[in-house]
Amino acid sequence: MIEIFGIPSQALFGQLLIGVINGSFYALLSLGLAVIFGMLNIINFTHGAQYMMGAFAAYLLLQYLGLNYWVALLIVPILVGATGVAIERLFLQYVRKLDHLYGLILTFGLALIIEGLFRNFYGSSGEPYQIPDALLGGHNLGFMFLPNYRAWVIVFSLAVCFATWLAIERTRLGSYLRAATENPVLVRAFGINVPRMVTLTYGFGVGLAALAGVMAAPIYNVSPQMGSDIIIVVFAVVVIGGMGSIMGAILSGFALGIVEGLTKVFYPEASDTVVFVIMVLVLLVRPAGFFGRSA
Amino acid sequence: MASAADVPLRRTRAKTERGFAVAFAIMVALLAAAPFLFYPVFLMQALCFALFACAFNLLIGYVGLLSFGHALFFGWASYVAAYAAKGWGSTPELAIAAGTVTAALLGGIAGFIAIRRQGIYFAMITLALAQMMYFFALRAPFTGGEDGIQTVPVHRLFGLFDLSGEMRMYAFVLVIVLAAFLFIYRIINSPFGEVLQAIRENEQRAVSLGYKTERYKLLAFVLSATLSGLAGSLKALVLQFASLTDVHWTMSGQVVLMTLVGGLGTVFGPVAGAFLIVAMQNYLASFGEWVLVIQGAIFVFCVLAFRRGIVGEVASLLRLRL
Repeated sequence: MIEIFGIPSQALFGQLLIGVINGSFYALLSLGLAVIFGMLNIINFTHGAQYMMGAFAAYLLLQYLGLNYWVALLIVPILVGATGVAIERLFLQYVRKLDHLYGLILTFGLALIIEGLFRNFYGSSGEPYQIPDALLGGHNLGFMFLPNYRAWVIVFSLAVCFATWLAIERTRLGSYLRAATENPVLVRAFGINVPRMVTLTYGFGVGLAALAGVMAAPIYNVSPQMGSDIIIVVFAVVVIGGMGSIMGAILSGFALGIVEGLTKVFYPEASDTVVFVIMVLVLLVRPAGFFGRSA
Repeated sequence: MASAADVPLRRTRAKTERGFAVAFAIMVALLAAAPFLFYPVFLMQALCFALFACAFNLLIGYVGLLSFGHALFFGWASYVAAYAAKGWGSTPELAIAAGTVTAALLGGIAGFIAIRRQGIYFAMITLALAQMMYFFALRAPFTGGEDGIQTVPVHRLFGLFDLSGEMRMYAFVLVIVLAAFLFIYRIINSPFGEVLQAIRENEQRAVSLGYKTERYKLLAFVLSATLSGLAGSLKALVLQFASLTDVHWTMSGQVVLMTLVGGLGTVFGPVAGAFLIVAMQNYLASFGEWVLVIQGAIFVFCVLAFRRGIVGEVASLLRLRL
């Protein structure tokens, strides 16, 4: 058995892997939050609930329609994204002009409604979701055992993050989006339908959360409170990374996941709180966050 | 030098103060009569939450800072007060003082960190800090973990007065909550309170007028945390337990809800909101998770169509500041 700093390599790399996995969820979620905040000026408190909806949608599709993981991966983001579009049209469009606080409170209320409904119908114990057959098993890399599904989650979420970054920073549509973030009135004057873009951006951000939910379903239990557990950590990630930059959200998501994983190895008692402690330190040293423009 | 413009200002001020005096008298009369009509424990619980919501409103209503982590102060004060009464056998006034001082210290630290960022970040930071302290409460040995601290004894007040009857306890809680309520009213209407409201309206301008807004915000934060701690300590003695529920983020959400329903930035609103929400929870307790859905729906409704809250609406009908 190889040991590093007196820790068996299996345990060290095992926790590191869990850290990277958590980090990929943090990255996907904070990415969605950043995209939504950029366009709508709203902190989407419902994000955690929408991540949970993604996981539940995958579970329900398998349970009642027999649709497997791969189909879920494709259609769940669209379905849940559509509920996001409805939420934006029904509620959010009315609070965009108000103080930021109202957007936060409104989406908090929506999160309570969604979580309450799911708890009502499915209890709070949680349901298991099988890893798809194609990704069962794993490889022994010598220093650690790498389950195939976890490798897939890391690779796929990196790809999604990169694609989103590319779409926003390097395409024409992305340039409209960035322009509308800076000055919606001017962009509108150029004949671009900004309200529709806002709606679709929200739908897209929600879709990202749902996608993360589908990927998380086989790893964690599918339970109604899985969203509220993670969203507060993601908020801390967003405070650390700052919401001004897409890349910042992605990088800080992964970095904090890894730090959290390492903390589990070296000082497990602090693993729940390490992200918050880092947030405090960052605020003391660099109040604007690592990638943020000062708010 | 009194200019002509000062006269109507003084007149509005006098009208506001008269309005407050009348409304306060009505509130005291209602609260004095209430224990003969309703279950005193319910009323005491509602009073504690009313104080909590008033303390929270001091921050959001008068400085415009939305803290999503006020459970931190309420809950930790509740733990410390409960522990003092049970572990050290402290008398009620000492247990309450211990809890309140703890909240003040935590408020100083959390405030110092959180006021470094504005608006939306402030809310997220306070939420994250509260979550961090939630995990500490979960792990710390003295909090009793999942069980909390139960059967907290209520000793004689100052070692002299027996608080064991429900009515006596009610009177004790009522006096403290009313005193704290008047204290908050005094803060809001002091020169300090005026500066806070100036910061709420336009922080840049307040800065350009030479006010060190950071200090004002920090002091407001500490005051709000301290009073939340007072509420939490009282709650620990009234219900005779302290538990994880008090430090959980759902508690931070509750206090936002109470204040929003009653009316942000109104003096009486948080009291009305707290009584309404606590009553609702008692009546709906048998509906299980639907409570969450209903609370969520109230949030959504208030934000979209009822931003002034109950007291805010009444005040605008009567053309008063309440």
